[in-house]
Amino acid sequence: MSKQLLMSREVLLTSATVLLLGIIASRFPAFIAPANLANVFNDTAPLILLAIGQMIVILTRCIDLSVAANLALTGMVVAMINVAMPGLPVPVIIALSVGFGALLGMFNGLLVWKLAIPPIVVTLGTMTIFRGTIFLMSDGKWVNAHEFSDAFKAFPRTGILGLPVMGWIAIAAVVFFSLIMTRTTLGRAFYAVGGNPHAATYAGIDVGKTQFWAFTISGALAGLTGYLWVSRFAVAFVDLAGGFELSVVAACVIGGVAIMGGIGTVVGAMLGALFLGIISNALPVVNISPFWQLAISGGAIIIAVALNSQANRQKGRIILKRAETAT
Amino acid sequence: MTDTTRFIPDRLQSPLQRRLKSWETLLLAVAVAIFIVNSFTSPYFLNAWNLSDMTFNFTEKAMIAFAMALLIIAGEIDLSVASIIALASTAMGAAVQIGVGTPGLVLIGLGVGVLCGAFNGFLVTKMGLPSIVVTIGTMSLFRGISYIALGDQAYRGYPSDFAFFGQGYVFWVISFELVLFAIIALIYFVILHKTNFGRAVYAIGNNPVGAEFSGIRVARVKFILFLLTGLMSGVAAICLTSRLASTRPSIAFGWELEIVTMVVLGGVSILGGSGSIPGVVIAAFVMGLVTFGLGLLNVPGIVMSIVIGALLIGVIALPRLWEKWRA
Amino acid sequence: MLMHPDKSSNLAAQTDDHPILSLNRVTKTFPGVTALSEVSLDLYPGKVTALVGENGAGKSTVVKVLTGIYQPDSGQIEIDGSAVRFPTAQDAGAAGVTAIHQETVLFDELSVAENVFLGHAPRGRWGLIDTGEMVRKARDILTSIGAEIDPHTKLKELGIANKHLVAIARALSIDARVVIMDEPTAALSQKEIEELYDLVADLKAQGKAILFISHKFDEIFRIADHYAVFRDGALIGNGAIADVTEAALVKMMVGRDVSQIFPEREHNIGDEVLHVKNYQHPTEFADISFALRRGEILGFYGLVGAGRSELMQSLFGITRPSDGEVRIERAAAVIRSPADAVGQGIVYVPEDRGKQGAITALPIFQNVTLPSLGRTSKNGFLRLAEEFKLAREYTQRLDLRAASLDTDVGNLSGGNQQKVVIAKWLATQPKVIILDEPTKGIDIGSKAAVHEFMAELAAQGLAVIMVSSEIPEVLGMSDRVIVMREGRIAAELSGNDLTPETLVRHAAGI
Repeated sequence: MSKQLLMSREVLLTSATVLLLGIIASRFPAFIAPANLANVFNDTAPLILLAIGQMIVILTRCIDLSVAANLALTGMVVAMINVAMPGLPVPVIIALSVGFGALLGMFNGLLVWKLAIPPIVVTLGTMTIFRGTIFLMSDGKWVNAHEFSDAFKAFPRTGILGLPVMGWIAIAAVVFFSLIMTRTTLGRAFYAVGGNPHAATYAGIDVGKTQFWAFTISGALAGLTGYLWVSRFAVAFVDLAGGFELSVVAACVIGGVAIMGGIGTVVGAMLGALFLGIISNALPVVNISPFWQLAISGGAIIIAVALNSQANRQKGRIILKRAETAT
Repeated sequence: MTDTTRFIPDRLQSPLQRRLKSWETLLLAVAVAIFIVNSFTSPYFLNAWNLSDMTFNFTEKAMIAFAMALLIIAGEIDLSVASIIALASTAMGAAVQIGVGTPGLVLIGLGVGVLCGAFNGFLVTKMGLPSIVVTIGTMSLFRGISYIALGDQAYRGYPSDFAFFGQGYVFWVISFELVLFAIIALIYFVILHKTNFGRAVYAIGNNPVGAEFSGIRVARVKFILFLLTGLMSGVAAICLTSRLASTRPSIAFGWELEIVTMVVLGGVSILGGSGSIPGVVIAAFVMGLVTFGLGLLNVPGIVMSIVIGALLIGVIALPRLWEKWRA
Repeated sequence: MLMHPDKSSNLAAQTDDHPILSLNRVTKTFPGVTALSEVSLDLYPGKVTALVGENGAGKSTVVKVLTGIYQPDSGQIEIDGSAVRFPTAQDAGAAGVTAIHQETVLFDELSVAENVFLGHAPRGRWGLIDTGEMVRKARDILTSIGAEIDPHTKLKELGIANKHLVAIARALSIDARVVIMDEPTAALSQKEIEELYDLVADLKAQGKAILFISHKFDEIFRIADHYAVFRDGALIGNGAIADVTEAALVKMMVGRDVSQIFPEREHNIGDEVLHVKNYQHPTEFADISFALRRGEILGFYGLVGAGRSELMQSLFGITRPSDGEVRIERAAAVIRSPADAVGQGIVYVPEDRGKQGAITALPIFQNVTLPSLGRTSKNGFLRLAEEFKLAREYTQRLDLRAASLDTDVGNLSGGNQQKVVIAKWLATQPKVIILDEPTKGIDIGSKAAVHEFMAELAAQGLAVIMVSSEIPEVLGMSDRVIVMREGRIAAELSGNDLTPETLVRHAAGI
């Protein structure tokens, strides 16, 4: 039991992250100053939020390539609402962004559930549709900083105990979804559907409907992130967060989520996102050109998936008595 | 046991009957319809040079799509193709700077493509990693190397005879790329539909375990398919670099999704096991015609992506909706 | 026919109690197949009803209809006399119907406790799952069936028998009135089987109705009160177990008298073809040495999980041995893949037809020619006419029944699929053919055809290895039998040593 805990992916990943921080700190101690770490965490918050949603989707043997496009579309929608109705309070904006993102996610989910279209095809399609829709809505124009209301921009940046609200939202999401995943029927159903869809049916779980809820959650988190992103950077445009869906999948893979479904944790997804976040924040500090970032995250994905597969390799049936006692 | 051995006919339906009911026929009808609509909506459409220009919208992508079709039929995928183009193009650009001539550039372009394909193939077939994650990783890695080499710079100064591949015409309006596209289409048609290798590809896609148990060297076939996809990416890199006469690390950005869309639109099952080269050829024309037709109507490119995304989902969703409606 | 299905309800008059659960003229069809046709069946409190029938008779369909996996096309399910519907498995559970399914329908990545309570876990504050309570209850249930398993363990850490005990615990975690057991003893050891019988007695005493599906006549006669026989989706007969004999049950199952007849064989045993020496695998088998000669049928008998399939798949190049020597016609053979094995003349007809044997989405002729494409093609290019010729030749020899040679194999019956797989291998003109449970799950007619064909192959000089768990088949077909136990050869038997008793004794190690 203790050996199991020691070797668990979360522990390994935490050690790797601490090691990484150690190496950076050995040359640039300022990097691990609490204020800077808070800053890095806050920077990584959008990736953490999306990775949680993606983790749940991948858990059910699906993939959601439309998250970044959903983020950008929802971001544009709330940006335009804010421009049109500057008086609308922030909680309403947040509710709208979560709701609208969830609707987009439901659209993906319905196509997967009701028409049994492969998720990669569905989300590849909706990804381009969402981006195109932003263009149609905005006529290709940007919504710029001066057009937003002050309250709209201020909310995610407000500091509480040294960490901006956006960071706190990521922490809240990690706690909330950890609880959902481990302590609710729906959470366990996500694992069951991905681990053994056939058996899930026998346990009375509707596979398609469970996948639908996974897409809905992923969409809701993408929508929420859409508002946070747009308000933090005070800008909304068609190509906002372009290609970010791949970073999200990368965070999941690094965080130990098995692409074949059934294996993964919220904390793992968060750690995977943090690993990538630390690297991207550290590159300028250690004086490496930011152009290295793409190659490094690519390499990290490949190494992570190779390590995952070694750990999850199926052992054959042990028939020999001697072999069983030997292991 | 009966004494009379019953006679079993070879076929119940003639191949022609099958073909008439096929996906390809439906797609061809769509292509013809788009062609007719386009020729009515724009006076510039039915012009030999304009139509010739139109083919550049798809020739390079389609070359890769043929190899990708085989890979997807065999149950794998390669999302790194556009990044292979970037890396191959960067290598050629670097070679130009030290005075390598056109034959050398072609060899470098093809060589980098094959090496990248071999790297993907090694990770998937020898290490047993899922291709979707591996190639999301190498997608970042390959393009990342381009960014490391080039940053925000560009390579130019390609020799004048290098321009032929992307800009040359063989006869009247028939471009070199169009001819190359036709030859490659024919080669892939023969490989997939007329050889033992093609039969193995279908068998693997339908049931990799059953294929292995039938004495097919599954890993070897898949490795060759990754090599071929890399090679075709190298060919496309030569054509595209020659056409643009410059290399930036963002070259061919997002093409992987357009290529997968083309393959799926062409009737290849994303789950593997079925599909045909004629289908992909028609799908290439459909996408080219849509892009070109909308372009003549001054519809911006991003809006076309809505159409492409809707086509991708629509062509799969509509038949399924129709069946549900009838049931 | 012993009894018209409609008269089955007469049974109610014979017992004092009313049935808890009844099937009333239930029909279920799938494209091309009627899986159940107007089946009526009553289950009584405190009674065990044994459900018997050949594979494909409709037993599993009954289980799936009763547990909400399938919906009947017509007819109804009644509980205490009133009609009910089970749209999902959870509805069946809520109505008090639970099942121990044949396949392990569990989740490797979840803990034992979560597996037991998935979908109906005890809730605590805010509607969250009460983990502590769940573990406590799971431990109680596991202890009650004599299983010493920590509820915290991840399921994937457990062996097959323990997984099966978790499945039983899962079924019992629902407070059910009707318990369905689909071949529950298939994967269990003798000790565990005895504990299961005790459990059945307990459940009976609690007044639960039990539907017990089994192929083992000894256990049916030991624990059942009633019987119901299915054939081709219809109820053929039912009644009290005391009023029936084993022979009568078999007659109802197969629809004719059977003393299983095996083909007469000439024994032309020739030169040695295959020689295996000190063959080892780190975890699956050890110290395997045997020889096989032309024209011989060598049987491999053993309990499920004795390592027979693992050994054969290793000889076929699927898994690598750690040590040992294989000689084919006296020359050392290097087999690293099935392709190598086929090249050396060893072919393997696997037990799992749908997954390993046939490529069900491809047509018959392409399945047959797949390993022989080298011969039907020219310079790597396909020649369809040659393929049809080869496919026709071998499918005719096996008396295949199909609409056309370009029918997808998935549309054929199990027996005909098996014929396609065998035809595929014969077309390669092998030296050694390994058949792994060749008649499992196929109808009586195809079974006889496969047996006759095996005899014919041996007569033509092929060396045959037959892995089988059916004692009559092993005795009826083999010249010689190797018994395996726990990955090792326990005995090699032939002639007068070859009796049902010796087979069972060596296989079980008693």
